[in-house]
Amino acid sequence: MSTPVLKLVAQRIAMGVLLLLAVSVLIFIGTQILPGDVAQSILGQSATPQALENLRRDMGLNDPAYIRYFRWLGGVLTGNLGTALSSGQDIATSLKDRLWNTLFLASAAAVVSVPLAIGLGLLAVRYRNGPVDKIISGLGLASTSLPEFFTGYLLIYFVAVQLQWFPSVSTVYEGMPFGERLSAIALPVTVLTLVVLAHMMRMTRAAILNVMQSAYIETAELKGLTPFQIITRHAFPNAIAPIVNVVMLNLAFLIVGVVVVEVIFVYPGMGQYLVDHVAKRDVPVVQACGLVFAAVYISLNIVADIVAIVSNPRLRHPK
Amino acid sequence: MLNIKTIPISAWIGLIITALFLFAAIFAPWVAPYSVGETVGDVWEPSSAKYWLGTDNLGRDLLSRMIYGARITIFIAAMATALSFILGSVLGFAAAVIGGWFDQLMSRFVDLIMAIPTLIFALVVLSVLPANVVTLILVMGLLDATRVYRLARAVAVDINVMDFVEAAKLRGEGRMWVIFREILPNALTPLIAELGLRFIFAVLFLSALSFLGLGVQPPDADWGGMVKENKEGIVFGIPAALIPAAAIAVLAISVNLVADWILNRTTSLKGGRG
Repeated sequence: MSTPVLKLVAQRIAMGVLLLLAVSVLIFIGTQILPGDVAQSILGQSATPQALENLRRDMGLNDPAYIRYFRWLGGVLTGNLGTALSSGQDIATSLKDRLWNTLFLASAAAVVSVPLAIGLGLLAVRYRNGPVDKIISGLGLASTSLPEFFTGYLLIYFVAVQLQWFPSVSTVYEGMPFGERLSAIALPVTVLTLVVLAHMMRMTRAAILNVMQSAYIETAELKGLTPFQIITRHAFPNAIAPIVNVVMLNLAFLIVGVVVVEVIFVYPGMGQYLVDHVAKRDVPVVQACGLVFAAVYISLNIVADIVAIVSNPRLRHPK
Repeated sequence: MLNIKTIPISAWIGLIITALFLFAAIFAPWVAPYSVGETVGDVWEPSSAKYWLGTDNLGRDLLSRMIYGARITIFIAAMATALSFILGSVLGFAAAVIGGWFDQLMSRFVDLIMAIPTLIFALVVLSVLPANVVTLILVMGLLDATRVYRLARAVAVDINVMDFVEAAKLRGEGRMWVIFREILPNALTPLIAELGLRFIFAVLFLSALSFLGLGVQPPDADWGGMVKENKEGIVFGIPAALIPAAAIAVLAISVNLVADWILNRTTSLKGGRG
């Protein structure tokens, strides 16, 4: 790899780190909008002013906001996310297993949806403006309009309850055999796939169609190659950069879409953990989860940019 | 200008269904057979002549709750969309016209907010804010304004360098005049085409929040909240939760069909751009 690429990549990563810092400030401010504080929510409305004051002093809540922010940030950087108000448990410990579960679910969905989306996109280009293409774009419109819980409960109702092929509740536990684990997450993976499939498919189709208008495609046609050969050998390699970009953006979207899907299937992941603690107004947990979600989201976006930089031959060979 | 014969079938379907939902929402108290919180029968009765869609998890008439739910869902989504459009377009136009540090500040701030997934940021903020309709509209509207801002700014930057805007500036018109009398009328078409899509997004977003139990609070319920109320029935083979979920999907698809048609119309007016 040459220096300009390395430089661009380094710049992008540095930007990402800065962005993440700014996001952490925003999340911290977002949870400080209201005058009420953590002490109030621990002790409840009926607490005496003296008890409130003592607790505030013990927890360091009387310090100015920026000091509390840096204390929180310092904790996050050293892996100490604090303790949950509602249960008193260490957040980092509870978060670790759940983060792993969520990433497992999202990666399983990615493994299914990415090849499927690219395959269907290629198919749509091959038979463009034909019935296959029409059906594929019609499905695309439908799937952007369907809420996750509609497809989710529809699947539970027909596949899990009526046909009993898969469990309706995706329980996973440590040391669960891999096969069983896959069967448990089959339905949530299907829902997540449907959520991201349409967009990826349409963008793949658009990216390849864009390339198909170039002169070298015409040359390939005139050479007498079959449409399939033209698409796979000539159009697809040149469409990789935009496709990778779309794939990465959709993976980032998967990480978010996972929140609702986890609640539908009662899957013990981070989304469920976050939603539970928003309802309990457990601010430290919400801050930690928000930051982790944002970090994963931003990292995937950075990876997308880096892949775009690396796959651009014009940057690999400096003048 | 608008010839009824040129409206395609898909747009007709979208228009009619959207109008039906709107009618139910506006005239809810007159259309609904029962009142919204009234327990009329057993829990999860199947559909019958008396209760067209059956009853819900507390024995309330599902059809009546669906009609009132349409009212809440459409009202909140429409208010949030209106807020995001007013705020986003005014700030976007202002950023394009004023330029300089104001543009930089606004645009970087919007970039920052958009770096956090919308749902996650909404959850973070809702963990401290009181759970009521005003909060919901504000949070949804403000977060969605970032997307309108980007579109409005992009459109206004193009218009801002056109001759008639230059002429207005040379005439000595103030910024308010330039924004509201020169740019706004010319930027209206692309913004209206975006309106439908943002409304769908608001409906889906509100439904997701309510489904997670963080949107509209009981005893009121929008469609997302009704899915949450009835979801326990699914595993017993009771499809009550599917009805409000399907309503959300149908509303989203019909508005999408209308928006698609408007989008095609406006782009064909401009000679097939896009």
